[in-house]
Order: sequence, then C-alpha cells, then structure tokens
Amino acid sequence: MTISIDPQKTNNESIQPKGWLRYFSFSLDHKVIGIQYLVCGFLFYLIGGTLASAIRIELASPMSDFMPRDVYNQVLTLHGTIMIFLWIVPVVNGAFGNYLIPFYVGARDMAFPRLNAVAFWLIPPSGLMLVASYFVDGAAQAGWTAYPPLSITTPQSGQIIWILSVLLLGGSSIFGGINFIATIIKLRRPGLKLMQLPMYCWAMLGTSILVVLSTPVLAGTLILLSFDIIANTGFFNPVLGGNVVVYQHLFWFYSHPAVYIMVLPAFGLVSEILPVHARKPLFGYTTMVFSIMGIVVLGLVVWAHHMFTSGTPPWMRLFFTIATAFIAVPTGIKFFNWVATLWGGKISINSAMLFSCGFIINFVFGGITGVALAQVPFDIHVHDTYFVVAHFHYIVYGGTVFIIFSSIYHWFPKVTGKMLNEKLGILHFIITFIGFNLCFAPQHWLGLNGMPRRVAEYDPQFQFVNQISSLGALLMAISTIPFLINVFLSVRNGKSAGDNPWNALTPEWLTSSPPPVENWEGEAPLVEEPYSYGKEISEQK
Amino acid sequence: MTTLDSSKEIQENNSEVHETHEDFRMFGLITFLIADGMTFAGFFAAYLTYKAVNPLPDGAIYELELPIPTLNTILLLVSSATFHKAGKSLLKDKNSNSQKWLFFTAFLGILFLICQLFEYFHLPFGLTDNLFASTFYALTGFHGLHVTLGTLMILIIAWQSRINGGRLTSQNMFPLEAVELYWHFVDGIWVILFIILYLL
Repeated sequence: MTISIDPQKTNNESIQPKGWLRYFSFSLDHKVIGIQYLVCGFLFYLIGGTLASAIRIELASPMSDFMPRDVYNQVLTLHGTIMIFLWIVPVVNGAFGNYLIPFYVGARDMAFPRLNAVAFWLIPPSGLMLVASYFVDGAAQAGWTAYPPLSITTPQSGQIIWILSVLLLGGSSIFGGINFIATIIKLRRPGLKLMQLPMYCWAMLGTSILVVLSTPVLAGTLILLSFDIIANTGFFNPVLGGNVVVYQHLFWFYSHPAVYIMVLPAFGLVSEILPVHARKPLFGYTTMVFSIMGIVVLGLVVWAHHMFTSGTPPWMRLFFTIATAFIAVPTGIKFFNWVATLWGGKISINSAMLFSCGFIINFVFGGITGVALAQVPFDIHVHDTYFVVAHFHYIVYGGTVFIIFSSIYHWFPKVTGKMLNEKLGILHFIITFIGFNLCFAPQHWLGLNGMPRRVAEYDPQFQFVNQISSLGALLMAISTIPFLINVFLSVRNGKSAGDNPWNALTPEWLTSSPPPVENWEGEAPLVEEPYSYGKEISEQK
Repeated sequence: MTTLDSSKEIQENNSEVHETHEDFRMFGLITFLIADGMTFAGFFAAYLTYKAVNPLPDGAIYELELPIPTLNTILLLVSSATFHKAGKSLLKDKNSNSQKWLFFTAFLGILFLICQLFEYFHLPFGLTDNLFASTFYALTGFHGLHVTLGTLMILIIAWQSRINGGRLTSQNMFPLEAVELYWHFVDGIWVILFIILYLL
C-alpha cells in the first residue's frame, strides 16, 4: 500500500496560524517543531543556569549560608534534571534533528509528523511541572539519579512530580527516536544510499537506537520507584527486603547510554560544521560511521562503571573497566578524523568554527578523565567527588553545549535568512571558553583532594579554589548576554545572508533561506557527495 | 481515516509535487514494540536478579498454583490463532466472518483478564507482603494493562469492520494488521512471563 504525505495540507491549512504564531501551535512542520524544541530548551537552559549560579554562590563560602541545606539539594536536583532532560537531550536531538534530518534524507517532513508534534508538546508541561514542584512542597532532593533509599525517604510529593515529569520526557524522547529511525531508514529520497548520508544522520540513527533500547528501561524503573514511594512496596527499600543495587543497574542501563544520547548528536553536528568552515571533505567518512555504531553497541554494555563502589563483584569490575576503555577507540578515531579534517584546510575563524574547536579541546580533556575514571583503583579514590563533576561537565557542557552554540551560529542564517554578528559571536566564545575552563578545570583538583560532590558545606581549605570556580561560573552566566543581544539584534536587523552564506554542499543549503514550507520548490536534490569541498576548490582554480 | 482520504485527494490534485512512498507505519509500530519489549526486559531482569540475590524472609509464601495461568496461556495462544483467522477472512472480503472472529478474540482477552483477577483475589499474598509478591503483581499487572489495551483495540477494529460504513476492508488492512502484531507481541510476552514467573 502506498500513501502520500502532505502534512501541511492535511492539517487544514486555513486554521493553521501564520507568522510567529505558528511557533505556539500544534504545527506539523518539522522546521517549526525544531525551532520550538530549540527555544523551549534554551528557556529551560536559562532556568537551569540560574540554578547553577545559585549553587556556585553557595559554594563560594565553606558554610551553608546562601540557602538552607534542603533547598540546596532541591536546587542541585532541579539543575541536573533540567539541564539533561529539558535542555541538552531535547535540543541536540529534537531541535537540530527535526530541523535537519528531513533535509538530509531529501524528504518534505518527518515520517510521522503528528507523533513529532506530540513529542514536542509533552516537553513544556512536564518541564513546567518539574519547576513548579519547588513551589508545591519542595522539589525532589535526591539528585538527578534519584537513588533509593534517599529518593524514598526524602519528602514524597516533589519526588513523585519529578518521576512523572521524567516519565513524560522519556516518552517524548522515545517518540522522537522512533520518528528519527523511520525517517532515516524509510524516508530517504530514491537513489540516496545510506553511505551517502551526511554524518549527522548516522549520529541520529545511532542515538535513536540507544533511545529506543534504553529509555523504556528507565521508565519501568521509575514506575517501580514510584510504587515504592506511594504504595509502600519494597523493590528498592532494604528495610522491606528490596535491593538498591538493582535500581542502580536499571538506572544506569539508561543513564549511561544517555551520555551518548547527549554527545553522539554533537559528534554528528561537529562533523557537519568542520568541513564547511575548513573547506575540506570530512576525513574518514566510513570510519566515522563505524565508530558511531561501535559507540552505540559498546555504550549499551558499560553502565556498571558508575557503580564500582556499590559492592560490584571483581569480575564485573574487570568486564566494565575493559568495555569502557574500549569506547576510547571509536571516540579517538572520531577525534583524529576531526583534526585531520582541519589539517591543511582553508579555515575561517568564525564563531561556529571557534566553538567547534573549543569543543574538540574540551572533549579531549573530558574523554581522558573518562578513561581515567573507568579504571577501578582510580575511580574508588575519586568516586562521588568533584573530579566526577568536572569530568561530566567537560563532556556535556564543554562538549555538547559548545556544539549547540556552534550549530546555532552555523544554521542561524538557514533558519532566519539573517547573519549573526561575528564580533559578538567571538566575544561570546571567548567569555564562554575562559569561564567554562575557569569553572571546571579547578574542580579536578578539588576532587583529587577529596571534596565530595552534592554537599553544600566543605572543608575551608578548599575555599580559594572554589571561589575561582565560582568566578568562572559568573563568566559563563555573563557569556549568555552577548549571545542573547546578538540573536535579538540579528533577528530584527541582521545582515541578509542569502541562500547559502557558507557555500556549503549539504542538502539543507540547496534551497532558499529560510526554506519554503515543503523544503524545496521542486524535487529534492540528490546529494551524493555532501562533503566534496576539495573538488570544488580545484574546479575554481 | 480523514488524513489518509484527504491526502489521497491532494495526491491526485498535485501528483507532480507530492511524491508517494511506501507505508512505514508498520515499521514505526515494530520500533515501538521493541521499546515496549525493553520495558518488560527491565522488569524481567529485576525479577531474576531478586530471585538470585535477595532471599525471601522465612515463612514467605511464593508457591504459585499452576491451573489458572496454564488456562490463561492457552486462552492467549488460541486468541492469537483466532485473530489470525480474522485477518484471513478479511483478506477474502468475508467481513462478517472477520468480525465474528474479532469479537471471539476480544472475548478470549476478556476471559483472560477475568481469570487473572480471579487469581489475584485467591492468592495468599498481597502487593506489599514481600519482594516476590511485589514483583509478581508488577509484572502481571503491567502485562494485564497491555491485554486490557489490546482488547479495547480489538473491540474498536471489530466495530470498524462492520459491513456498512466500516473502514476496515481488504483494501485497508492496516488497523487490523497493527493490532494483530501488538496482540501477538502481548502473547509472546505472556509466554516468557509464564516461563519465568510460574515455571522457573
């Protein structure tokens, strides 16, 4: 049976709002949904960033003087949950995935446009619910991991709202994943082979496989946890014969792949941005594809490296150490491929390129500490210290968030038809890069010297280094200002961009900017070599 | 389905712009069922781990009677066959036969749920008695929820396969095929659950 897709027309065009109002509607256009994800995610980023500032203000002095201890726990939990589930995952998957994937596969929309809109509209209510839980009876206090018995013994209402919210966000994530898999596998333009797809498609395919396989396990686990809280069952309650380590296994079976759900799309995006601004083909396309799929497979079997201090037996420690160390191989391949892409290229030093290079530097640092943390003897020493905090912020902020900003600078002309101001962009990069490293690099030292994470009070000997870190956090907060000014000014009266300001070859640039409702006026172009920049240069000569 | 109808019209009007493609709703459903299966996999893994490492307190009852669950297994397996029959009949344009088979399948599903409730009321333990009891109710309850949803969907497509005005025809088999796949999935999960929970 064949059916035709035409989401715009079938949605009864006359009742669809026009102009900016469509961003507040149940629109089925993948481009509108992508922007909805991005703006919604950025608003939550501002909330999560405010919470992070509160944490750093508290930690500027060794005593708990800025806020009460239980409020500190709530702020900490909300910061982690918002940043992961409402900013990074929706933006790096939902926003860029929805905007770019249909272009890359040569389609006019996603495979299931209605499911797509449902997936987005699950996010604002669950996010608001999560934030509002603070004003009800206090938000959840058990951290974004919600380990029992802590999550069972802290006040119930906040924890239950947290669980509901994460379940909804997980559902949204699964719907999105199903949609991406179907779009990439089934909706490709005739004649377009899998190995001709831009790298971001492969990254999103791998990510979506991880989403579909691991998110449901988290959902099941959280349902059991809510039974423990509401119905007084004992799945994870040792007093009633339960087992907390089972929760940790099930939780990390999702939450380790979640790291790759956050970082694999960033790998894909940086693989799109570097070739364009270095005017060189992406180095090692095939090895990139295989390393993404290698990371997907390995990413599913390394979860217990988060649990080396949870009484894991020696064979399990050995297996998970080795499996984790193996992930360094595909990741290293990708890193060398990016460097080789830049090598000898005609590099433009613009904001997108600077943020991408910042990503490469930060990510190497985060990757190296990651390999170190996988080693049991070292991990036992620094487990639950600031070393771990520094490590994962180097991955998720220094890695993914840098790429989110890089992508915004790269695709802003596509979405709006206007250029962003380069001077403000470079200022944004410099403040972010210095602020980020000032904030998180000292935390390695704090962790190695034994400062525990998640605690509002600490030994006064750590005060000076903590104040440096807080200063870095202040810079990171300030860095948002030039970015916001830049976006507002450029949307209103930025320089006109033309259709293809970067002379890029990937399919999304082969249409007008901003693109028409159905992406192309005529038939979708067949792009067999999305990165053939070298050829272009030699032809020009 | 209005979306399909109107999109067909548009396809006729603008055939030069709007290309057609194969139907991949089934592909999406299979992906969803893999995800759903992973939820069960998580529950099974938790149950098996508990069984291996968490001994129950002395005097805890965890022996299950076999007759009702065995009957339930047979009910679900037969219902899979009758559902298949419904599909075959519809393919041969015997809509009323198909509808009879669908109602019979739904009847078997309801019978399964009644037996399940009967078992719940006659078990010697409640939800919070011990870890085994909690896991038992969580697993069978979550599966029962799937059977309930499946039965409702079967009743809906049985209504849709009515002779006059029903939109389930041999030309539009998708609703039946989708629910059938879901139903077989729920049956398969039950068989695994039966082996792990009752026999092991």
